[in-house]
Amino acid sequence: MSPLKRVRFTFLDRLIKEPVIYRMGHDYNVITNIRRADVQEGVGWVILEIEGDVSEIERSLEWVRSLGVRVDPALGDLVEP
Amino acid sequence: MANTAALRCKECSREYPVGAFNVCDFCFGPLEVVYDMDAIAQVASRERIKSGPLSLWRYADFLPADYNPNIDINAGFTPLIRSNGLAKKLGLDELWIKNDSVNPSYSFKDRVVAVATAKALELGFDTIACASTGNLACSVAAHAARAGIKAYVFIPSDLEKGKVLGAAIYNPTMIAIDGSYDDVNRLCSELADQYPWAFVNINVRPFYADGSKTLGFEVAEQLGWKAPMHAVAPSASGAMFTKIYQGLKEFEQVGIIDNVETKMHCAQARGCAPIATAYEEGRLVIRPVKPATIAKSLGIGNPADGYYALKTIEASAGSAVIAEEAEVADGIKLLAETEGIFTEGAGGVAIAGLKRLVERGEIKKNESTVVYITGNGLKTTEIVEDVVNPIHINPTVSAFEESVGLKA
Repeated sequence: MSPLKRVRFTFLDRLIKEPVIYRMGHDYNVITNIRRADVQEGVGWVILEIEGDVSEIERSLEWVRSLGVRVDPALGDLVEP
Repeated sequence: MANTAALRCKECSREYPVGAFNVCDFCFGPLEVVYDMDAIAQVASRERIKSGPLSLWRYADFLPADYNPNIDINAGFTPLIRSNGLAKKLGLDELWIKNDSVNPSYSFKDRVVAVATAKALELGFDTIACASTGNLACSVAAHAARAGIKAYVFIPSDLEKGKVLGAAIYNPTMIAIDGSYDDVNRLCSELADQYPWAFVNINVRPFYADGSKTLGFEVAEQLGWKAPMHAVAPSASGAMFTKIYQGLKEFEQVGIIDNVETKMHCAQARGCAPIATAYEEGRLVIRPVKPATIAKSLGIGNPADGYYALKTIEASAGSAVIAEEAEVADGIKLLAETEGIFTEGAGGVAIAGLKRLVERGEIKKNESTVVYITGNGLKTTEIVEDVVNPIHINPTVSAFEESVGLKA
């Protein structure tokens, strides 16, 4: 089985309307699987699982970040004060 | 433990057997412990609690792990102090300070780690672990030392030595990770998947989080079996904040106390206020931030329980408040000068937040209020080092009298 990664994307303002996850699966060799999402005025988030080679997952996430989408661990920060 | 029925997804409500899981396989929602409240109601009573140990384990009927003396460093049952000076300064008739800075490793984290460690042993683990920059690391290392089990503590490599001395002294295996904060997050997630360890705030998080319910139980007991009208607590991940309220509501549910109408107020610092900002903007979606606050123990930019903290505010008709960065040190000093309690940055945020809530009229003069002080000031002395300003004199009585305006 290919490696899996669970992440949360947070979209602000204009990015909400962009087909980011579609393009991610189209332009990179990864499979995206949305599990939960919420979009409100001005901000939205999506929790998804990404499957693929580790390097390809990281490349795709780098591209997502470059658009201005915030990428975080699906369940919040694990490093606690 | 007998009263722990299952784990349940907070989002889709799917149930799972009790085990070291924290995420729903279906929707990736967080799991929480489900209790058999009828069974708890059958056994729980004020008398039973009062006859229990003077620690958080007096509430064992409401916790997901059994009391285990081998891991117990006597966390909890910290003082609830009726405020005089601070209350007067703020114009409040009934202000109480829950001083959790006097826990064994000097923060409220001892509550959650005590429960996580007890549960980890019940589940058959022989190693506990965490990724932490401060209080959590201290508590994990201390509990592992007491329990005689292995502890792994992961820290960012750029953390100053002084910040982790309070953990290192207990001799855990401490790993400093070269990389960004995100790299540390990612690595710990991978390690939690691969190693048979109890990562206290990852795979045993549902049990860990419930340790904070005791902050609600204790306050209710110490107030003479009633809930306050207001509770003001600092928030980082939002878990402690939500669990204080859950504790009060569980006591109400089984008839230990009546009429919980406590308004929950969440305090954050301007430099890391994702929960309070969402509240102010009237939304339930958290926008993660990059922490930049001197209240380091509140530095969680992507709070795991932020949404649930907002729901707690909503359910309790409470609020959130942001302390400006400059007010954090003022809050620490105010508490020290008026009550003789030295707290860290989070406590400064709680006091500054309380002050603002009173000024806004959200807490009124005659309304009983509890403010939670969750960590000890000796951990973050750099925030208030400007208070060290002695009067220098020559070694003569006259020089002394002149310097302080006294005449013999």
